[in-house]
Amino acid sequence: MPLVIAAFLLWAGAWFLNVQLANGRGADTRAVRLAVPVIFGLTLVAMWELIVRGLALPMVILPAPSMIGARFATSIPTLWTDFVQTFVKGALSGFAIGGLAAFFVAILVDRSDFLRRGILPVGSFVAALPIVGTAPILVMWYGFDWQSKAAVVTIMVFFPMLVNITAGLQETTQMQRDQIKTWAASYWQGLWKLRLPAAMPFVFNGLKISSTLALIGAIVAEFFGSPIAGMGFRISTSVGQLALDMVWAEIVVAALAGSLFYGGIALVERWVTYWHPSQR
Amino acid sequence: MKQVLIPVITVVATIMAFWYAACVPMNIKFALMTAERQGEIVSPEGMMARRDMSALVLSVKNPAQWSDTWVQAKPRLPAPHQVVTELWKSTMEVKPTSKRSLVFHGWVTLSATLLGFVIGAGMGIVLAVGIVHSRAMDMSVMPWAIASQTIPILAIAPMIIVVLNSVGLQGLIPKAVISAYLSFFPVVVGMVKGLRSPSPMDLDLVKTWSATKAQSFWKLRLPASAPYLFASLKIGVASSLVGTIVGELPSGTGQGLGFRLLSGSYYGQTVQIWSALFATAILAACLVATIGAVERGVLKRMGLA
Repeated sequence: MPLVIAAFLLWAGAWFLNVQLANGRGADTRAVRLAVPVIFGLTLVAMWELIVRGLALPMVILPAPSMIGARFATSIPTLWTDFVQTFVKGALSGFAIGGLAAFFVAILVDRSDFLRRGILPVGSFVAALPIVGTAPILVMWYGFDWQSKAAVVTIMVFFPMLVNITAGLQETTQMQRDQIKTWAASYWQGLWKLRLPAAMPFVFNGLKISSTLALIGAIVAEFFGSPIAGMGFRISTSVGQLALDMVWAEIVVAALAGSLFYGGIALVERWVTYWHPSQR
Repeated sequence: MKQVLIPVITVVATIMAFWYAACVPMNIKFALMTAERQGEIVSPEGMMARRDMSALVLSVKNPAQWSDTWVQAKPRLPAPHQVVTELWKSTMEVKPTSKRSLVFHGWVTLSATLLGFVIGAGMGIVLAVGIVHSRAMDMSVMPWAIASQTIPILAIAPMIIVVLNSVGLQGLIPKAVISAYLSFFPVVVGMVKGLRSPSPMDLDLVKTWSATKAQSFWKLRLPASAPYLFASLKIGVASSLVGTIVGELPSGTGQGLGFRLLSGSYYGQTVQIWSALFATAILAACLVATIGAVERGVLKRMGLA
């Protein structure tokens, strides 16, 4: 019990500190902007540890962060195999295939106004559907290995990307298009030098949405059948064995992979669309 | 209307035609096998000869068997009309309380989704109000709320089912918990954006009318947030549904659309998988459309649309 009380005291102290920092004079400095969420996060983890120990919660309900950390450190080879199987083979290849396919379809559609008016509503409709449900079908078609996961990811990524690229290609004004025409630019020159660069903020928006979808698709597809590696496989079997520390370690990997992937895309975005108001 | 309707119908018709065409190579091997057993002449003869041939070549060589690929009981790819028939049969022709009825499974999924969505969206709105009014909360919670959108939180769904099961909670509640936390973060982020959308000019204006903090919240910030709120509610309800379906995979209660997907994939009942998939799609479309209708009504009364 004293540990639980300590947890709440710690909470009160850290919150007081955060309130002071946030309302203090240096609230807009970079250090404070970074420190406040870090203090908040660390306090949550510390409270978690203290409460789990204080109440002696069994691991089947909630393992303490220290246990998760220990399990993470001892099973790095397993976690790495799972990461490669799910993220590199499943999610990344599907992400690339789906993104490129959407890109080519968007360029094809772009030449016809009729097609664009038809595909945009259908695409945004499909993008809102629970596409992850196609996983059992695709696992049946392409087998248990990463190919079926890549297929699920491809479909999940395709529609948001298609909608975003198509919308992005509409971004230029008539004036700009007319101007480049007066310079005798061909269709492809206009596309390459004017409309594609203008579409880039939309493309990156699509890529960011898809980066999360790709990981979700690859993990959930493994719940429907997988070889004996992969993050989804490890999560579902460890849940079955009540080895929740392993599940949490796997979730840490998923969280790291997801945020690094997203961060990487955001970095490239900053480099490509440096001219856009949101990046300045 | 005509501007959109005709292109959309064309695109959908193209997809349908492509689907029927795809059924031929997908199902041709089984169709040839059955046809040969019934004494029809197929080319080439004998299963062994066909085993390593590509499905496309077989399809081109045997146009007589094309129609057989659209009527199989357990096809690799069912034809659209088979899925529609199965949907009709499992919704209209069996009692809604039967375990073979998609209405029954759909209701199980829908109730968990709605309960979770209401909880998640409600908590999201409350937290967003807190974030807008407390600077400490904004600086502590907001970065985590944004970061949480980049990680696949759906991965903890199976664990939540098992953990809540071990403390005695089964059925509706665990699934609702999953769908609640999936709708929570999009709503927080969208609602914070919405509550912050009034310009400093507007905020100053209500201040010159000596409005209290509560008054400027109810009369300026909250109405201004409506478009953002509805946009994020639509995202939230769609991910709530995905959460419920994934939560139904390991629960083993034998109920819900997610369970139908899983059992269909265990027993190779492809038509059942496809009909469950379409049922989830219809459900998602209805949920999003409902929120869209409420949105139009509310924004119209507010004079925003």
